[in-house]
Amino acid sequence: MKVILKDLTKIFPNRTKKLPDVIAVNDFDFEIPDGKLVGLLGPSGCGKSTTLNLISGLQSPTEGHILFGDDDVTDLPPEKRGVGLVFQNYALYPHLTVRQNIRFPLENLKGAEKLTKEEMNKRVESAAALVQLENYMDRKPSELSGGQQQRVAIARALVKTPRVLLLDEPLSNLDARLRLQTREEIRRIQRETGVTTVFVTHDQEEAMSISDMIVVMKEGVIQQIGKPQEVYDSPVNLFVAKFLGTPPINVFHARVEKEMLFIAHQPVLSVPGAPDGEVYAAIRPEGFIPDKEGPLTCALSGIEVMGRDVSVVSTHPESENVAIRSIVGAEIASTIDVSARDVRFSLKPRKVFLYDRATEERILFAL
Amino acid sequence: MDIEKTARIARIRRRTLSGVIYFFLSVWAIMVLFPFYWMLLTSLKDYGDYNAEYIPKFFTLSPTLQNYGEAFTAVPLGDYFLNTLIFTLATTALMILVITFAAFAFARLEFRGKNFLFTLFLSLMMIPNELVIITNFVTVTDLDLRNTFLGLILPSVTSVFYIYLLRETFAQVPDELYYAAKVDGTSDIKYLFKVLLPICRPTMVTVTILKIIECWNSYVWPRLITDDQAYFLVSNGIQEIRENGFGRENIPAMMAAVVVISVPLIILFLVFRKKIMEGVSRGGTKG
Amino acid sequence: MEKKQWKAWLYLLPAILFLGVFMVYPLVDVFVYSFEEGYNSASQTFFGTGFYNYSYVLHDPYFLQAVKNTFLLVIITVPLSTGLALLISLGLNAIKPLRDLYQTVFFLPYVTNTLAVGLVFMILFKKTAYSEGLVNLLIGWFGGTAVDFIEGPYWAKMFVLCFYTIWVVLPFKILILTGALASVNQDYYNAARIDGTSKFRIFRRITLPMISPMLFYLIITGFIGAFKAYSDAVALFGTNLNAAGMNTIVGYVYDMLYGDSGGYPSYASAAAIILFVIVLTITCINLLVKKNHVYY
Repeated sequence: MKVILKDLTKIFPNRTKKLPDVIAVNDFDFEIPDGKLVGLLGPSGCGKSTTLNLISGLQSPTEGHILFGDDDVTDLPPEKRGVGLVFQNYALYPHLTVRQNIRFPLENLKGAEKLTKEEMNKRVESAAALVQLENYMDRKPSELSGGQQQRVAIARALVKTPRVLLLDEPLSNLDARLRLQTREEIRRIQRETGVTTVFVTHDQEEAMSISDMIVVMKEGVIQQIGKPQEVYDSPVNLFVAKFLGTPPINVFHARVEKEMLFIAHQPVLSVPGAPDGEVYAAIRPEGFIPDKEGPLTCALSGIEVMGRDVSVVSTHPESENVAIRSIVGAEIASTIDVSARDVRFSLKPRKVFLYDRATEERILFAL
Repeated sequence: MDIEKTARIARIRRRTLSGVIYFFLSVWAIMVLFPFYWMLLTSLKDYGDYNAEYIPKFFTLSPTLQNYGEAFTAVPLGDYFLNTLIFTLATTALMILVITFAAFAFARLEFRGKNFLFTLFLSLMMIPNELVIITNFVTVTDLDLRNTFLGLILPSVTSVFYIYLLRETFAQVPDELYYAAKVDGTSDIKYLFKVLLPICRPTMVTVTILKIIECWNSYVWPRLITDDQAYFLVSNGIQEIRENGFGRENIPAMMAAVVVISVPLIILFLVFRKKIMEGVSRGGTKG
Repeated sequence: MEKKQWKAWLYLLPAILFLGVFMVYPLVDVFVYSFEEGYNSASQTFFGTGFYNYSYVLHDPYFLQAVKNTFLLVIITVPLSTGLALLISLGLNAIKPLRDLYQTVFFLPYVTNTLAVGLVFMILFKKTAYSEGLVNLLIGWFGGTAVDFIEGPYWAKMFVLCFYTIWVVLPFKILILTGALASVNQDYYNAARIDGTSKFRIFRRITLPMISPMLFYLIITGFIGAFKAYSDAVALFGTNLNAAGMNTIVGYVYDMLYGDSGGYPSYASAAAIILFVIVLTITCINLLVKKNHVYY
């Protein structure tokens, strides 16, 4: 089922009237293709949870429309929409067993959708099998671990074969190890069922790793939509560039003059087609190549070994980041003189993005 | 040496203190239990024997159940009992329904004027019963509801305090459960009965028991509103027995009636001891 | 959205209806009654408005007797019961074996029918032609002379009333205070003991301040409750309290309303409002005192 958001806006009027109204979602317009897993990504307060609530129907939009396939569901209450929703803290009914929890949505079906007892049991069993909970059916939620509770919540959301599955920060209440495992689990379940899925997260790594498509948001406005790798490789503005990637992207105050990029008056990269002016130069950590003849000179602070990769930590007066982190292979790193005061880099053009100093929008240059 | 002596003295002092504490607690325990013992004892004494005792005896060698027979036949104690049972159950059931709906609306639903109305409700808690009972008496009389169950029951089927208590309990249930239930396709009323009430069962039980105790012991309103013995509750019945029943001096029979009236609540208390004490400390007032 | 609003009011409808008819309307009405002079409940007519009802009540010797009784009862029972409850709670808090049993026993009066057990008290204290009664027997053992506590001198009757009132209100106070004592963090006591603080000082400087909010709560509810005393008196002295000289303010209200001396809702209203004003004043004084004496 494809989901279409059309000119969607949600405004929370301010009670005190002294402060302006809060625009949680500002004129959203995008389409989620059928059967895809889409991650809504942004810092807290960017409106991603509001968007999810609008899709589920828990909140109604101030303006705009929501379509599931060809049906306009904008005015339908949540119970009529046929969505499955998994909450951050799972929201399992504490007085019901796992089996009763999963069964609960089925018991609410009415009219033509009403199921017989056998059908219900069959559906419950298969949902439980999907999340591998068959052996825990008669326990209460309080007797389960966090990861198991999460799986019950997913089974409960899936049991009525929803048209859309929604996940609100599904992994943030789990510890780091479980988080990785559950992440794969969600991916597998989504593939197996083929249900169109939207999930909300503030963790960019989580979103990048399992989504077919990510939507980066800031202050209620969509910044960029695309496949995770695409967005990572060509962020349209400085916010997106900064938000994605660990370690974070390195931002320099720089200047373009005659198709040449200058950092601290040193020409560092030729940028054909870029107009003259003040810019931000954002360089991914993997865009630095240690090079004794390289044009960019930074003050070396140290080297951090992180297993396979090595991170060279340095500083530069024109850098916005307190410490510049560049990821290099272990072999190249061994050529760096740790006792030296400076380290010099040449840059990979594909990993350097230029942004207008005023608008923070991307300035393209030919590679 | 000195250390040993100090330790011994400390031990003796501690033991003496705890001995004194146990002594005083036991004295009060006897004060509490004695009236119960006395009513049970007297109810088992033969009428003739009792009246022959110029100096009351602390025990009886010839217990008799005859007084209990007397209590049920000479006065309609059975009817009083049944009336109280009907009154208690109907009032409690109705009240639970009324306050649950109100508390649910305040805790869960959104509507204009909610906060204002809730404040208004809370301010009603300050109104003493004595102030409104006068008009209620007139109202019920005017409606021709004296000596009816309706007249007995209706004024006590709401309690602002219990609405407040339930609202607080309901509000502690996380919002997500409500949203989850909505997404799972439940209506408000179904959410209330299938999710909220089962989760809040402990509080519901507490409120129910407290209300039962209150109903069982209510005296003032029933006294005002009933003068036909057919509608007397046990409290009024006992007062009637005291003033007119059994020929004024049949004290063993009176005590038998008192035992019969007291036993149901004492059993209820012993069964739900923890719940009642917990509930009273959260929301009861008496004294 | 509109539909939801409508539904919420539907949920509230029963409560609003009952509260409106049996609380809000009567509240207004009681003031109206109290100013209607010469109200006749049979013909529902009155011939004037003014303060006559108040003046009548305030000059009625029965009312003055009721006020005197009530104030005596309040002044005697509130401090005594609160103090006794505190002592018992401290005792309970200090012991371990049998604590549950004692607590259960002490709570028993809470769940008993005031009227029924009052009858037992009456029998224990009463002196009749046949028997001096149990309490007089005990007094005799200690060399005193027998008194009829139920129909005898005023001080004796007041004594029984206070005694029974304390017996009835103590369970609630013990329960609240044991709860308050149990919730004081044990670390404070341990710290104080290591510092060598004496038991009495621990009580004065740690326990009392920590439970002071609950203590004041009990004092306030105690005052309010004692001012509304009625059924305890009925249980001991019968329904004709005026004749026994043991009426309370609430009893006066009900007697004015109904029964042999009843049929005067206007006088009853005036008396009820006077009671309300007294209780409100005392509560405000309590709250003012509390402000200065409760530590947090």
